[in-house]
Amino acid sequence: MKPSNGSQIHPNRAEFLAGALNELPLLLGVFPFGMIYGVLAMQALMPAAAAQGMSAIVFAGSSQFISAQLLAQGAPSLVLIGTVFIVNLRHALYSASLLPYTRHLPMKWKALLAYFLTDEAYVVAIAHYDNETPVERKHWYFLGAGITLWAGWQLSTAAGIFLGAQVPASWSLDFALALTFIALVVPAMKDRPAVAAAIIAGLIALAAHALPYKLWLIAAAIGGILAGLACEELCRRSG
Amino acid sequence: MQTIWLTLAAAGLLTYLTRLSFMGLLQHWQMPDMLRRALRFVPPAVLSAIIFPDLLLRDGVLAFSLDNYRLLAGVVAALVGWRTRNILWTIASGMATLYLLQWLSIRF
Repeated sequence: MKPSNGSQIHPNRAEFLAGALNELPLLLGVFPFGMIYGVLAMQALMPAAAAQGMSAIVFAGSSQFISAQLLAQGAPSLVLIGTVFIVNLRHALYSASLLPYTRHLPMKWKALLAYFLTDEAYVVAIAHYDNETPVERKHWYFLGAGITLWAGWQLSTAAGIFLGAQVPASWSLDFALALTFIALVVPAMKDRPAVAAAIIAGLIALAAHALPYKLWLIAAAIGGILAGLACEELCRRSG
Repeated sequence: MQTIWLTLAAAGLLTYLTRLSFMGLLQHWQMPDMLRRALRFVPPAVLSAIIFPDLLLRDGVLAFSLDNYRLLAGVVAALVGWRTRNILWTIASGMATLYLLQWLSIRF
């Protein structure tokens, strides 16, 4: 490697900045999302510090929305933890898809990058990993994207918490949660198995809604996943 | 007060370990094909399990009618989401529909 001269930016830093820059457009969508989370957490009577703390500790939008709702309905801790775990299971898929690109890194880098492995950082990082250029510095790009997203999420949460105390219940802002999930689920309806998973899960949720401790959510999730697998199996046999 | 922090810590740790899983902890474990295929269905199943009761239940009873404004607003939002693939437009159209219906029902 050539020694870097003073006028030139270090290649690691250049990667980091490129990642940060390419994450910025996604913040447009993330910022309102984080604010709505903050508002909802306040309406669920979460302490402000816990609402902000969740954005830093769990750092996963959809699961935080659901947690705020479950807390408002008085669900027990174990159900909340189990629900967060199931909702965030998809991150294991991201982790598996990054394995070939991060294999060469020392463990402390992997441990650091894992913390930033969210939907929005993954989307940006994997696009960069998938292009044909050498992989050796791309973890800096991932880190730049991840930190940018992290900062946007913390700031938007704080803004939402600040606003949350001032939003009256008659604005039906809790409905924004259902709408956000509709916005996330519609693009996932790519094929018949995915539609089957969604419909069966929804029907189980309706039918099992009286189950104690919000267990219907976990029952519906498992039922929907099995329905998706079964439908995929049927399609494969008939096709 | 303390319970909520313990809950957050446990939820955060599990989420973190999920993210680290294949990258750091299970590098040599071959994920069973079945599990890999199942993971794809987690988002649609979980999300619609939350959406359905939100739109269709009122005080725990099925409300499948035209005066269920949340249901109507949700359908509008789903159509907008399907056409635009944009989270903000989806939320905005759903909230606007809900407000419009509520306003109309007060006026008329």
